[in-house]
Amino acid sequence: MAETSIPIKSSKVADRSYTFDSLKNWVGVLPFFLFILIFLILPSTNLFIGAFQDQGGHFTLANVGIVLSDPFVYDAYVTSLKISVITSIAGGLFGFFVAYAITIGNAPRWMRGILMSFSGLAANFGGVPLAFAFIATLGCTGFISVFLNQICFSSPAGIRTCPFDIYKAGFNLYSLAGLTLCYLYFQFPLMVLTIAPALEGLKREWREASENLGGSSVQYWWNVALPILWPSILGSSILLFASAFGAYATAQALTGGFINLVTILIGDEIRGDVLNNPNEGYALALGMIVVMAVCVAAYTILQRRTVRWIKS
Amino acid sequence: MKTKNMNLWALLWAILGMLYFFVPLYGTFDFSLRMKKGVLSFLAYQVVLSDPQFLASFRYSATMGIITVIASVIIFLPTVYWIYIRLPQARPVVEIISILPFIIPAIVFVFGLIRTFDRPPLELTMTPTKTDILITMGYIILSMPYMYRAIDVGMRSIDVRNLTEAAQSLGSNWFQILFNVILPNMRIAVLSGALIVFATVLGELVLGEFLVRPALGPYMVDVGRDEAYQPAAMALMAWGLTWVCLGLISIFGRGNTSEQLTGR
Repeated sequence: MAETSIPIKSSKVADRSYTFDSLKNWVGVLPFFLFILIFLILPSTNLFIGAFQDQGGHFTLANVGIVLSDPFVYDAYVTSLKISVITSIAGGLFGFFVAYAITIGNAPRWMRGILMSFSGLAANFGGVPLAFAFIATLGCTGFISVFLNQICFSSPAGIRTCPFDIYKAGFNLYSLAGLTLCYLYFQFPLMVLTIAPALEGLKREWREASENLGGSSVQYWWNVALPILWPSILGSSILLFASAFGAYATAQALTGGFINLVTILIGDEIRGDVLNNPNEGYALALGMIVVMAVCVAAYTILQRRTVRWIKS
Repeated sequence: MKTKNMNLWALLWAILGMLYFFVPLYGTFDFSLRMKKGVLSFLAYQVVLSDPQFLASFRYSATMGIITVIASVIIFLPTVYWIYIRLPQARPVVEIISILPFIIPAIVFVFGLIRTFDRPPLELTMTPTKTDILITMGYIILSMPYMYRAIDVGMRSIDVRNLTEAAQSLGSNWFQILFNVILPNMRIAVLSGALIVFATVLGELVLGEFLVRPALGPYMVDVGRDEAYQPAAMALMAWGLTWVCLGLISIFGRGNTSEQLTGR
């Protein structure tokens, strides 16, 4: 999402970089750096240091070890990773096809406009209201549940059967499956927004060249389009993964905190230290930052590879 | 024949996408009208809008939103401006810092914030006023990616150097240059940033919940726990508000919104 910086016209002021002057130049950004230092870096560093301290303030690796071996924490990480991977793959695929439909797939023009602007809207529509919307739609007495429930058949023997009772069929909105459906509501639009520019960057000539050489549609996608697109696709999927992994509000509002995600567990820890000591909570939070940092590193690398193709 | 097949395939996905958008939206709308048994009514909306607690929390979050917008502009505008005219070499660092809130999950950030400032010397969680200061700082950080980017994009579209020199030659001081010359010239970019920041603060749950302030997010969670129909009404109103904010941005920005909205 971050564009590469544009070159700045070198100014006489900036060129005259005597040591004193260049030091003076940094004074202008000092308030910003001070603000960031106090309210972003300091809190993060405190978590980081706390993760490696015991309650007396001595250095230890025990917190990390305990967190890694605690089955409850382990389960939270597995659940969080599971839902992030599932929603980023499912949302990624769905989003890719929708983006395909509205860019090079020639879907009707009015549909394109609606889908594109709704993607911008839905990608920003998360948190508590999203959970409410899905409870109203797929909850026990929700719109779809009731609608499907009313489809009943009377057999000749006079027994009424209602085959579409999704809750009797084992579906439960307040579970991992339900949360997945919720997350998809902002995941696939996010994919549409991030992958559409890459799809538009596919040149018509490449397709024509492939067809002239006798390539089929499958061959074109497999041998030409996908190799060009894969850094974008992977990069966007990482973005989806990260947005699901860090999400808290939707899960909290939907399940009331009864689903064991890392974010929910950290929330419980803030409310009232559910782990043995506060430093384990820091280690728990540190784990999240590590996962996110890996995501960002991968995203940055892939982003560089993407820019090369799309600009050419 | 081949192209026709492709169209159907695209059409299928476009229709599926529209269904995923609209079915929950319609379901929520339908559900929100059923509070009074047997008839469709806007009772749920009336109940929500006349709840004094709703009004109080909305007022609190809206006030916080406005304060956050103003404080963000005061912090980020001089910084971005300074980077443009004096310190281009600081740009990569500041750009990375500006997206840090996307990388650090909000809940982790709040955790660090509470564990850092709930103890001496500052003890910022002890009184409501002090907590309000802390929560404002939190909102500024959480919405920084949007505001920083909006200001950066705005600054890119104007000729900062010439404007500065013109203002200087007319005898302006730095404050006048920033707030009487630069800011008015990029008001559209700042305004769209302000709208996103405002919407973010209104919908924010984590800070309000864990710093225990009467914000809109925690109020909605509470209502969601106890009531059935009001949450649906609130979800739809939140949807409407987001829609209005984004609509205003795209009117101001002439369709350049998508690049600012990709991160969440």
